[in-house]
Amino acid sequence: MNILKTLEEEAIYIIREVAGQFDRPALLFSGGKDSIVLLHLCAKAFLPAKIPFPLVHIDTGHNFPETLSLRDTLVKRYGVQLHIGHVQESIDQGKVKEETGKFHSRNSLQTTTLLDTIEKLKLDACIGGARRDEEKARAKERVFSVRDDFGQWNEKMQRPELYDILNGAINAGENVRAFPISNWTELDVWEYIRQENLEIPSIYYAHNRPVYRRDGQWMPVCEFHAVAEEEIEIKSVRFRTVGDMSCTAAVASTASNLDVIIDEIAASTYSERGARMDDKRSEGAMEQRKKVGYF
Amino acid sequence: MELLRIATAGSVDDGKSTLIGRLLYETKSLKDDQLEHIEQKSKAKGLTHTDFSLATDGLLTEREQGITIDVSHIYFNTPRRRFIIADSPGHVEYTRNMVTGASNAEVAIILLDARKGVIEQTQRHYSITQLMGIEKIVFAINKMDLIAYDSDRFDEIISSIKALIGQDSSAPKEIHYIPLSALNGDNIVDASKNTPYYNGPSLLELIHQLPVNDTVHNENILQVQYVIRPQLEAYHDYRGFAGKVRSGQFKLGDQIEVFPTGGKATIKKIEKYGKEINSISEGENATLLLDKEVDISRGNAIIGNTSSIAQTKAIRATVCWMQANQLLGGSKYWMQIGAQKIQCKIRQVIEKKKLAQKETLSADALALNDIGTVEIQLAQPILALTFDQNKPLGTFILIDPLTNNTAGIGFIQNT
Repeated sequence: MNILKTLEEEAIYIIREVAGQFDRPALLFSGGKDSIVLLHLCAKAFLPAKIPFPLVHIDTGHNFPETLSLRDTLVKRYGVQLHIGHVQESIDQGKVKEETGKFHSRNSLQTTTLLDTIEKLKLDACIGGARRDEEKARAKERVFSVRDDFGQWNEKMQRPELYDILNGAINAGENVRAFPISNWTELDVWEYIRQENLEIPSIYYAHNRPVYRRDGQWMPVCEFHAVAEEEIEIKSVRFRTVGDMSCTAAVASTASNLDVIIDEIAASTYSERGARMDDKRSEGAMEQRKKVGYF
Repeated sequence: MELLRIATAGSVDDGKSTLIGRLLYETKSLKDDQLEHIEQKSKAKGLTHTDFSLATDGLLTEREQGITIDVSHIYFNTPRRRFIIADSPGHVEYTRNMVTGASNAEVAIILLDARKGVIEQTQRHYSITQLMGIEKIVFAINKMDLIAYDSDRFDEIISSIKALIGQDSSAPKEIHYIPLSALNGDNIVDASKNTPYYNGPSLLELIHQLPVNDTVHNENILQVQYVIRPQLEAYHDYRGFAGKVRSGQFKLGDQIEVFPTGGKATIKKIEKYGKEINSISEGENATLLLDKEVDISRGNAIIGNTSSIAQTKAIRATVCWMQANQLLGGSKYWMQIGAQKIQCKIRQVIEKKKLAQKETLSADALALNDIGTVEIQLAQPILALTFDQNKPLGTFILIDPLTNNTAGIGFIQNT
């Protein structure tokens, strides 16, 4: 079996385990490439039936508009239900406070909204597109990761996982985060997008955009951060990862199709999350977010 | 390209993280920003060399204690092969994580500190690899630089490893010994000038050469994970039994029997993700459609074209216990085999292994990290397959009904 096929078989097996073991699962959908791949895998897993669970989007309100419009197109195309949890609502309810200062973002605020949404929809499992090659805390994640009442990840108490036997038994109030594409690398995701001919947000391809330099990165100009007029340049860029617009840096690129992007990534000397300011904040930034319920 | 899954095991300070960091560095798998980061951290720690262990020691608690707590998964490839390394912690308390790391691996690399040689942890790691049925073992004798690459010491360590394996009746198929210095890069990529007495391959060469397993079993078994029933007009009578082929193969027109209900039917269609195909083999997912309505639900098995496989409600198994509350005779658990989940009762604990392989002690309980032989009674029948006959269906986990945690793992010996 070639590697993409091995990974696809493994992912679909995990997705079917989620559907088989849980009463109220959902797919966490951010609109980025990993969640688009995951949506496609979920669709394949149940053909000719529709995906037997809804999508959940935690909307920071700081989205790239291209991501939102494709999200809505895909929801129609796959005939799935979409639930949206708004970070703005959590802010309005006084549950979280908007960050201030340089590179303030709503990334860490998402956790509260996510946990509230899980509780509101009474979800017992959330399928996520996290990959172990992304980040060191994620490299230690199980395929079925149990989160307690507070959504916390306890790295010292993870359940052993034997072969492909997945234990989805949980106590009241707990939920499981399931990660079908755990063993995929960034390049696998791109190659799969090419193989399956998947539509992804246009911002993954090179386009001209006003950007400015911050800490060695090209940041997109957006309404959420003030930036001096003279700092702004128009450059041909693309995004390698699509997160909260206020904390996702672009890379200079003229790659306008998948073949070129794949070559570029294969040759890249920079890691994927190197463009995520949310991970650069401190040593263990991801681990700390996971411990409080981030996925 | 082939995929090889490797498990690594070693004790605290054997230099395992350094070895993996070194492999990543030498295969150019560390990106500039990651390299910059670990160089900067090394300097901050006052080191004169780059501490490659920083590439894998991820969690804050781990960095604080300078040890690895949980299994870390590391991905890298060369033009010839893709590798997934499950880096398991050395701490005795975290043995259960090594089981997680080792369970999907085909090759295990066990690290030893050349100064210390074979220690209790080495025995424990080796015995876990044998428990998990790993057939290819690489003993990496690390920190050779600290014993001036002494060949006598290297031979002495090999002899003591051989003595350890010698006690074992079912020795692994392939065993390799390599003298290394992960810190200096000896025998990692190229043959080291410091070890003229060693003529074997470097570690990287070796993991390229080791053959990838491709076992196919005789029995034809698909375990049902999920019944696909589209609530759509066009698929009114559609009932697709989706699952993984655990053993053997299926083709159109095969006669099947359902376990445990005994219903019989013929395969009318085989679908893979909505597309019709003619046959399907071991390790692959498929959806089977049958010519008549038979009762099949999640956890049942569809058995094809073979004389039927025996069932059993009593087994003897090797169990590795993984929670603080002891395993005692008379207690009840959930047993999960693939997608099948049934209740079970521990009839009795018979014995537990002493670290040195063959020796056993009679015992009536298993404590955390103990490995022993246990007799189990099942509320419903399972297919009578041992771990030696069929890895995926000869293995199970025990789930504690009070906590829902995975309390232990088991390997069926007798049915």
